[in-house]
Amino acid sequence: MSVHRTLVVTARVLRQLRTDHRTIALMLLVPVVLMGLLAWIYNGTPVFDHIGPALLGVFPFVVMFIVTSVATLRERTSGTLERLMTTPMAKTDLMIGYALAFGLMAVLQAVVASAFAIYVCGLDLAGPVWVLVVVAVADAVLGTALGLLASGFARTEFQAVQFMPAFVLPQFLLCGLLVARDQLPQVLQPFSDALPLSYAVDAMNEVAAAADPLGQVGPDLVVIAAWIVASLLLGSLTLRRRTA
Amino acid sequence: MAPGATAAAVEVDHLRVVRGGRVVLPDLSVTVPAGQVVGLLGPSGGGKTTLMRAVVGVQVVESGTVTVLGEPAGSPGLRSRVGYVTQAPSIYDDLTVRENVRFFARMVGADTASAEEAIAAVDLESHAGVLAGRLSGGQRSRVSLASALVNHPELLVLDEPTVGLDPVLRRDLWRLFHQLAAAGTSMLVSSHVMDEAARCERLLLLREGRLLADEPLPALLERTGAVDAETAFLSLIDAAEKEAAS
Ligand SMILES: Nc1ncnc2c1ncn2[C@@H]1O[C@H](COP(=O)(O)OP(=O)(O)OP(=O)(O)O)[C@@H](O)[C@H]1O
Ligand SMILES: [Mg+2]
Repeated sequence: MSVHRTLVVTARVLRQLRTDHRTIALMLLVPVVLMGLLAWIYNGTPVFDHIGPALLGVFPFVVMFIVTSVATLRERTSGTLERLMTTPMAKTDLMIGYALAFGLMAVLQAVVASAFAIYVCGLDLAGPVWVLVVVAVADAVLGTALGLLASGFARTEFQAVQFMPAFVLPQFLLCGLLVARDQLPQVLQPFSDALPLSYAVDAMNEVAAAADPLGQVGPDLVVIAAWIVASLLLGSLTLRRRTA
Repeated sequence: MAPGATAAAVEVDHLRVVRGGRVVLPDLSVTVPAGQVVGLLGPSGGGKTTLMRAVVGVQVVESGTVTVLGEPAGSPGLRSRVGYVTQAPSIYDDLTVRENVRFFARMVGADTASAEEAIAAVDLESHAGVLAGRLSGGQRSRVSLASALVNHPELLVLDEPTVGLDPVLRRDLWRLFHQLAAAGTSMLVSSHVMDEAARCERLLLLREGRLLADEPLPALLERTGAVDAETAFLSLIDAAEKEAAS
């Protein structure tokens, strides 16, 4: 493992994004547009304040999941992965390099989306904005880590995109956004308790509700971090130096 | 060892590779001498790429050993000593030529100056700032080649590096290969173009995973009584096919 090579990968991924204006626009603007729509639809009701913060946790997760799984799959199909596997690069250099690059994009995305939700749509936030941004970044890195893992099972870009509903929608249904987690059917609760998006949404809701949410958000972040590490480790198992 | 031959760059011993349920290399033993340009030729699907992948250590092998520069193929110590250019250009289309070459340079610990040198060596200075995705096929394969030259590896494994290039460029690249070999680099170069056989110091002819020839061109011509490499190969392949049919 090498910090230098990790950062070289990060710089390269960011450089690739730079020439891809459409992806940058999608990353930054889609959450803003969806937030705006949501605020508009539920204008005059408390619903926006209720689900707005949770969605600020879901967006970076979903967007980074898709972007990462497609980007790493491209790395496999273009042959650059095979070439990199013949260099001194460690697999973790590549994975952490990707996670850092998309984590950085996530900071941007979180700042833009939260600023829009709070200052334009009037989202009520009891806790400090920086905690919200930290949680959003953790969610984004989680999306990146799971995306890296999912791309290991995809053979084509079509499949990679299809993994999104498979990996993300069940978590979305169980994360407490539609039905509060403690009101889920008994059988589903353990799943809700195990899946990481539940903790992402919990953390966002706590930032929205409490003026000093750190004590509650901390444990959620620990669970998310554990998922990030586990997916990166599992993901690096799907990256093989030798292939058939 | 033949007179004039130096130590081995690659030693393949009873290598057996199965891909997708097909036996691609049944039992291959071959030696690639160091400091020479060795040509790997043969019909499509004969196992050239598979052999090269085994040499650079990215191919799952069933049995046998591949020793590269004295170490088992793919061992960590070899990763900065061996350069590999895949058959299809492996570069990032959304980076410029220079960004591509610099990236691979940084990954193997080479500096920016070496990256510029490598770009010049493949004659792409005029396109250094162009996105790789906007280049022609031959230009893209040269970016891929430059990315492997950056750290002056001791062994270069090049899978059809001259495919799709015009005669002038091909001559220039072969000149470059010989310069590299003269400076001590061992070169294993695959090709489809039979007249390129004449540019190699030693030829390996691989058909259906079996070696039909492993000798310098003059020896091959003498053995087969043919006038050029193409005729020699065709006669060897025809003979092998007849033998397989009988
Ligand atoms: N990814 C793969 N999975 C399974 N089998 C493969 C794969 N790649 C190649 N093969 C099989 O291995 C055999 C040898 O292929 P290889 O690519 O080594 O041939 P080659 O000599 O390089 O051919 P060409 O000159 O067309 O590049 C072929 O029969 C092919 O079907
Ligand atoms: Mg091939």
